[in-house]
Amino acid sequence: MKAKTLFDKIWGQHIVKENDDGSVLLYIDRHLVHEVTSPQAFEGLRLAGRKPWRVNASVATPDHNVPTTERDKGITDPVSRTQVETLDSNCEEFGITEFGLDDIRQGVVHVMGPEQGLILPGMTVVCGDSHTSTHGAFGSIAMGIGTSEVEHVLATQCLIQKKPKVMRINVNGARPNGITGKDIALFIIGKVGTAGGTGYALEFAGEAIRSLSMEGRMTLCNMAIEAGARCGMIAVDDVTIDYVNGRPYAPSGEIWEQAEAAWRQLHSDDHANFDKELNFQAKDIVPQVSWGTSPEMELPITESVPDPLDARDEVQREGWSRALQYMGLQAGTPLQDINIDKVFIGSCTNGRIEDFREAAAMVKGKHVAKNVKLALAVPGSGLVKQQAETEGLDTIFREAGFEWREPGCSMCLAMNADRLEPRERCASTSNRNFEGRQGMGGRTHLVSPAMAAAAAIAGHFVDIRDWH
Amino acid sequence: MQAFTKLNGLVAPMDRANVDTDAIIPKQFLKSIKRTGYGPFLFDEWRYEDHGEPGMDCTNRPKRADFVLNKQRYQGAEILLARENFGCGSSREHAPWAILDFGFSCVIAPSFADIFFNNCFKNGILPIVLDDLVMDQLFKACVKHEGYRLDVDLEQQTVTTPGGESFHFEVDTFRKHCLLNGLDDIALTLTQTDVICSYENERRKSASWLF
Ligand code: SF4
Repeated sequence: MKAKTLFDKIWGQHIVKENDDGSVLLYIDRHLVHEVTSPQAFEGLRLAGRKPWRVNASVATPDHNVPTTERDKGITDPVSRTQVETLDSNCEEFGITEFGLDDIRQGVVHVMGPEQGLILPGMTVVCGDSHTSTHGAFGSIAMGIGTSEVEHVLATQCLIQKKPKVMRINVNGARPNGITGKDIALFIIGKVGTAGGTGYALEFAGEAIRSLSMEGRMTLCNMAIEAGARCGMIAVDDVTIDYVNGRPYAPSGEIWEQAEAAWRQLHSDDHANFDKELNFQAKDIVPQVSWGTSPEMELPITESVPDPLDARDEVQREGWSRALQYMGLQAGTPLQDINIDKVFIGSCTNGRIEDFREAAAMVKGKHVAKNVKLALAVPGSGLVKQQAETEGLDTIFREAGFEWREPGCSMCLAMNADRLEPRERCASTSNRNFEGRQGMGGRTHLVSPAMAAAAAIAGHFVDIRDWH
Repeated sequence: MQAFTKLNGLVAPMDRANVDTDAIIPKQFLKSIKRTGYGPFLFDEWRYEDHGEPGMDCTNRPKRADFVLNKQRYQGAEILLARENFGCGSSREHAPWAILDFGFSCVIAPSFADIFFNNCFKNGILPIVLDDLVMDQLFKACVKHEGYRLDVDLEQQTVTTPGGESFHFEVDTFRKHCLLNGLDDIALTLTQTDVICSYENERRKSASWLF
């Protein structure tokens, strides 16, 4: 039999029909739904008198617009409230399971899904959100889709898709201490650029990747989209299987055994053919900090803000100059000398229990620096919050001067009240540092949870490797 | 989706190049939960003096008198003449939704941005590409003659002027078929119901944990 890539195996298993023009009708196993991109899709169903094809394939939760304080008071912004209430009523009307605001399982859709065992190896997973790529960490094909496609999936359980090319990115050698999935993600995006993955499905492989926990793998795949890729994925191994085992929606008993046997096949065969393959050495990766307004504008913490004069061409030079101006940075400033005003630990990139453990370890027994006006720790879900509280992490954060919040997207995109003011500088564990992403005029530096936590204490970025 | 076959409609001229989707429907309206209701906010910043917010009643908002769609003579227009690269920028589907909701079901331009062009077909709008010279001619005629109408025939792939002059346009066969029959992607996929069901049945046996 021909050697196949992980992507090809899963893709092949989901082709319902091949069309003459080279596209396929692809079956979708899991559909995650949130309040922002779904209302028009439900309305479309209603107008056409259609029903969801398979209601139990979709699971919903509100996340983008939810407040992270005083939940009992409800949502004060009427527009946000309407969006969330609309999700509630749509789910009720169409019979879709929803973990609502008062449910402990509510959270950022990409944290909630895996946590509940809704994401299984070998699945096709979609959601009306670009960071759906997160779920590729389970050895699945996971893609973000638009509103028309959300409706299409609801109505038909399928999508019309063209097969992307497949690129394997190997990170070889042992992962150095202090280097997380986030650092690897930023490092790779820094190398390939935000369009480097365009037209590709990425498979992350190599010793350093295999050494990551599921949390770390999700962080990495989450950011595949920032490299422009259609999706990112990692082969199934013991780490994957152990994570899934026992989760509420995971199979059990005899079916588990069958499933596990099938999942064990979910890796690229030796000699499988990739359209492109890149190799990096894990030992070259140090903790990363983004300095600009695109995730590819990032550097090792040991470096200084770059000089546009050193850019490779005119386009990059202009981009760098604009970014420096927006970010209020001078070329040549050591990254460790950049002071911060706010800290955000959370999001679908780094809002999982491991992230809070790592951050808590940095702040334990210390206090947030005076120049830091606000340090937020926002769990990715109610269950992450509960687990963290069981471990006493909330106390550690609070005693260090952090605010410990209710779960949601929060300051990742500032659609609720959590946001940066103009010119405020933030160490953030989220995934996008675009202009205005965390609030108009706000300046975002993307880092790992440990790096964000250490920056909160120091008041500026530090190299956590020699800081501890 | 509404089928598009023939249209004899009043024409409005939008004489600007590179009209982007942000101009077509500004970002604050993306918080809306509807696919309809964007019509009053189409070109919001160009159309009104004040700042629009979702849910506003637009009847008494101060309008910019010089904006083309505010002119009395273009009320009820169904065909929009536009310039090159119409619909560039963000991929928001709210842009074609707003155009349709306003009352346009046909946009004629020398070129369109890719995603917008596709989104039109998904929403029952016919985007027609005619060359620059023809566009100039149509713009002139439209401005000159109040009540200027055009005949658009998708089956024949023609745009015909009141004087009887006809222009041929190209359209992808598959898209033409969908638009003529009002078939959206979903309706089309649903014609494959049997195939999907048999796929599902097969998978239920081979991978039961997925169901
Ligand atoms: S946490 Fe941020 S990136 Fe993730 S789904 Fe929410 S808004 Fe999007």
